[in-house]
Amino acid sequence: MSKWSLITKGFIKENPTFVLVLGMCPTLAVTTSAMNGLEMGLATMFVLLLSNIVISLISPIVPDKVHIPGYIVVIATFVTVLQLLMQAFVPAVYEELGLFIPLIVVNCIVLGRAEAFAGSHGAGESALDGIGIGLGFTVSLTLIGIVREALGSGAVFGWKFISGDGILAFIMAPGAFLVLGYLMVLFNKLAKK
Amino acid sequence: MMAAQSNLKNMVLCLTAVCFVCAAVLAATYAVTQEPIARTAQHTLQQSLAEVLPQDTEIDVQEQTLLLDGTSYSYYACTQDGRVQGWAIRSVTAGFGGPLTLLVGVRADGTVHAAKVLSHSETPGLGAKCKEDRTFTGQFKSFDPRTRKLAVRKDGGDIDAITASTITSRAYTLAVANAVKVAAALQDGTREEDPQNE
Repeated sequence: MSKWSLITKGFIKENPTFVLVLGMCPTLAVTTSAMNGLEMGLATMFVLLLSNIVISLISPIVPDKVHIPGYIVVIATFVTVLQLLMQAFVPAVYEELGLFIPLIVVNCIVLGRAEAFAGSHGAGESALDGIGIGLGFTVSLTLIGIVREALGSGAVFGWKFISGDGILAFIMAPGAFLVLGYLMVLFNKLAKK
Repeated sequence: MMAAQSNLKNMVLCLTAVCFVCAAVLAATYAVTQEPIARTAQHTLQQSLAEVLPQDTEIDVQEQTLLLDGTSYSYYACTQDGRVQGWAIRSVTAGFGGPLTLLVGVRADGTVHAAKVLSHSETPGLGAKCKEDRTFTGQFKSFDPRTRKLAVRKDGGDIDAITASTITSRAYTLAVANAVKVAAALQDGTREEDPQNE
């Protein structure tokens, strides 16, 4: 697989949200606005990239039977590092995403990539895989966020194009499922061509 | 070190090493971020206090607590020329989606100066408006609870609730009303301590 396709596969062929359908908890919960989706995507990408690199380096010396606990410790460490850094330097973003930052630890994408890719590839390839899947995740979350924010609050990235409220249901949980479902249909139809 | 076998010694060694390195990384990050985090928290607190307390007063950022009707309230006092001008009281009530925490500034004469939402879990687009909807929050500015009733109109008071968010509006109003009670208790307290004032 070429280096370029390692990055691009995250967008379409192995899109984490619409094709792999992993990491649904943050996908549904934080995408109330485009900005939240983007920030959550970038935070996940940070963890994905670093944990992929480290896991690809340590995987040859970790005994098979304990590789999952080993990986989880690495992932949890990066998530906590991210959490502390965000709290210190971007407190506003941290407050907005709050609980969902620590929950990146249990995001299936991160452990999924560690298991499926980083554990059996080199550091360079794993880094590209982390970037690719991370970008795919970021774009998907931002897309859901844009649709929900546009329908739910009549705004995109905080820029309002109608006065007053939108369709409130789209800001709440049912809207998350609806938008995700329709985008998934649309995505798979386009991807098949 | 070859592709390690899964025997007990290897597993224990490997996990210990991984945990040890991770702990070191975390300790280093904590040491670096500790100070900025504390500074941000302090800054946020000062900003919130300045927002709800009268201007040109000296704000004491030292948190104090008062027990009233079985609830413990934390508050901050502000003074001018050594005389207390008001208090910022942290007041928590049950909102629609969870606890609603307000910081309420009450002047020494018992009128509300301003209130600010510190944290909430209200419905986005409905109750969550209590944070920025000025037509709602503006009603509490300089509200005098002696001449008007601190309750939503549905309950016979003088506060217009946020549309479709009566429960949140009620919780908000109750939090302010509780803070006013705390301020009254504090006022009694300061009088006892310092009888020649006023």
